[in-house]
Amino acid sequence: MNWSWNTFFFGVYPFIAGTIFLLGSVIRYEREQYGWSSYSSQLLASKHYMMWASNLWHVGILTLFLGHFTGFLTNILEWLGANPVEHQWIAASAGITAGVVAMIGGVMLLLRRVLDPKVRYASRSMDIFILVWLLITLTFGLITQFVSVPDAISGHVQDMEILIRYVRSIAIFQPDPQLIVNIPMIYKIHMLCGMTVFLLFPFSRLVHIWTVPFNYLIRPYQLVRAKMRSVI
Amino acid sequence: MKVRAQFALVFNLDKCIGCHTCSVTCKNTWTNRRGTEYIWFNNVESKPGIGYPKNWENQDQWHGGWIRKNGKLTLKQGNRFWELMTIFANPHLPEILDYYEPFTYDYAHLLDSPLAETAPVGRPISLVSGQVMEKIEWSANWEDQLGGSYLTRSVDYNLRDVPGKDLLGEFEKTFLFYLPRMCNHCLNPACVAACPSGAIYKREEDGIVLIDQDRCRGWRMCISACPYKKVYFNWDSGKSEKCIACYPRVESGLPTICSDTCVGRIRYNGIMLYDADRIAELAGKEDEQDLYQAQMDIFLNPHDPEVIAQARLDGVPDSWMDAAQRSPIYKMAMDWKIALPLHPEFRTLPMVWYIPPLSPMGREISPRHIPKKAEDIIPRLESLRIPIDYLASLFTAGDHKPVIKSLSKLIAMRAYQRGLHVQGIPNKEVLAGAGLDEATAQEMYRYLAIANYEDRFVIPTSHQETMMDDPYDFQGQNGFVFGNDSSTGVSSGELFPKRRKETPVANVQPLHFVRHRES
Repeated sequence: MNWSWNTFFFGVYPFIAGTIFLLGSVIRYEREQYGWSSYSSQLLASKHYMMWASNLWHVGILTLFLGHFTGFLTNILEWLGANPVEHQWIAASAGITAGVVAMIGGVMLLLRRVLDPKVRYASRSMDIFILVWLLITLTFGLITQFVSVPDAISGHVQDMEILIRYVRSIAIFQPDPQLIVNIPMIYKIHMLCGMTVFLLFPFSRLVHIWTVPFNYLIRPYQLVRAKMRSVI
Repeated sequence: MKVRAQFALVFNLDKCIGCHTCSVTCKNTWTNRRGTEYIWFNNVESKPGIGYPKNWENQDQWHGGWIRKNGKLTLKQGNRFWELMTIFANPHLPEILDYYEPFTYDYAHLLDSPLAETAPVGRPISLVSGQVMEKIEWSANWEDQLGGSYLTRSVDYNLRDVPGKDLLGEFEKTFLFYLPRMCNHCLNPACVAACPSGAIYKREEDGIVLIDQDRCRGWRMCISACPYKKVYFNWDSGKSEKCIACYPRVESGLPTICSDTCVGRIRYNGIMLYDADRIAELAGKEDEQDLYQAQMDIFLNPHDPEVIAQARLDGVPDSWMDAAQRSPIYKMAMDWKIALPLHPEFRTLPMVWYIPPLSPMGREISPRHIPKKAEDIIPRLESLRIPIDYLASLFTAGDHKPVIKSLSKLIAMRAYQRGLHVQGIPNKEVLAGAGLDEATAQEMYRYLAIANYEDRFVIPTSHQETMMDDPYDFQGQNGFVFGNDSSTGVSSGELFPKRRKETPVANVQPLHFVRHRES
């Protein structure tokens, strides 16, 4: 593999970001549990506003995450009988819907975070930065649809197939950045932003995603902790 | 039967003078940090009033505590699934303005301002936003001494069924007493049940409810689930915090700081034994008015040989059994039945109980009306200013009988003591009328009126030595070294610190300082 910026950004950078993402999360979990929180600011202001903003944001962004995961790394749509053009239609429509939902929620959250004096003052700079970064990534993601939808209309969905192959090449640790040399720039920008989210992840409040409390559904209501006794 | 010991408190409202010493010493000790400015683990409310946070008692508004649904207990804010659905934005979370926006004053300006014709003013500055506040409109005890208009106060949840409630705003008819509040360290805590991360737990050895600050993820479900609104969100750390019953003091046999510094000597600390197997059954009684009796039913008699035997099997140390037998809490709640739980209808089985207040004198005392008989001085039940409805709403889900019983015992004890000390004649009739004998009246007098330190606080020290498998393994574990030496994780300057050293001796189990267990 010869050196080029393309090789660096799409052959090396994903692994740098991924390594920092995983290792950073582990180190932070191990050493700084007290700083591991969702850092909710709901207490400070605008409960009714937050009911809309936060729910739209989280539902939208989680749908997008699951959508990317399903579309790029699984064959679920193919198993369901979708051909590549249909795949792209499903991806575009679901992506645009969830993207718009997340965008509305995200912009609402950003406005609140910046404009409400209490929330603004209580924010760490990383809280604002990560939200802005996610919104930038989301914006580029939505812009890709100006390429993606015409592709779907014209039935030329090779770009999407190339992207799928590229993402899978990363996932199996056999990166093939040459695949996407000729892909439209907007996809590349969106991907770079997205990889950077993983890079920033362990340094931001995003770590709360690791500790989604599904266990709550099955644990008993009451918890009692005992110090160990020698005589029982 | 599963015997567990519980650290419990009783507050004698009859003697509370509303000085807020408890709140201030507590605040100086525990919540004097950024993010906790608005948090009062202990606060004192003037009643009637809507309290802190506003209207906390009204669960139609806040959805705290438990409800009975299809014969089973479930959180009022929703079942487990619904709770996870609302995790992005909790619809029942109070906002900071429901408590108050904490503030300081621009004191520096008073000194630094240039010479001017008018005196400089120290303007209030928000401790959250750091900005000047135009007007302070609420605070932790805004209603202190019935401050503010009656219109605001009359929203008080406990006034809802009080007849003639509109007249109670009139000066001649009004009433006032103080309600000091802290975490109730409930037997059936709703905050524990609501915590998605499982960070809140009850300690098996003394029942103190704590939030594991390392495991709390700031999902803030506990804050809305607690019907007493005694779990707070630290907006700086992103974690929930609550009263820790001063456990470092209690473990050493000292009373909580709020209790120790109470100038009115109204606070009692002691141990209660209860049957942990009956929590769900008793908290789930259908009729709300049965819940006071249900909670008395869950308590175990520390003199019962069967209980003593079982307690030993369940790991209650003998010194704790002895403390339970001398517990002032047991005397007041069970023997004399003068202490009552706060809002038992929330079904959390709270463990801070209250002796209801007698009201101010029912008679005018003037030169034309010199009191001659005990009845002229000691208020009579029917002439009390605080409506029984009001007290019953606070303590017994509306049942008058326990409140009347408690009040009449307090009155009888006073009348008896007055007879003894002023007239020199023990008034036995009045005691008989309230179902008391002389010995009990004397003992009540000793506990309630004299309230010696050693009677108020019967706190056994914790037995750390029984909580370790191998105390020798603990040797050399503490001292001046790198990192979090006294907690479960040790950072020794290595990137991936090892857990606490495990002794490689055969047949010695690894030392797990804290064992997680679910029950």
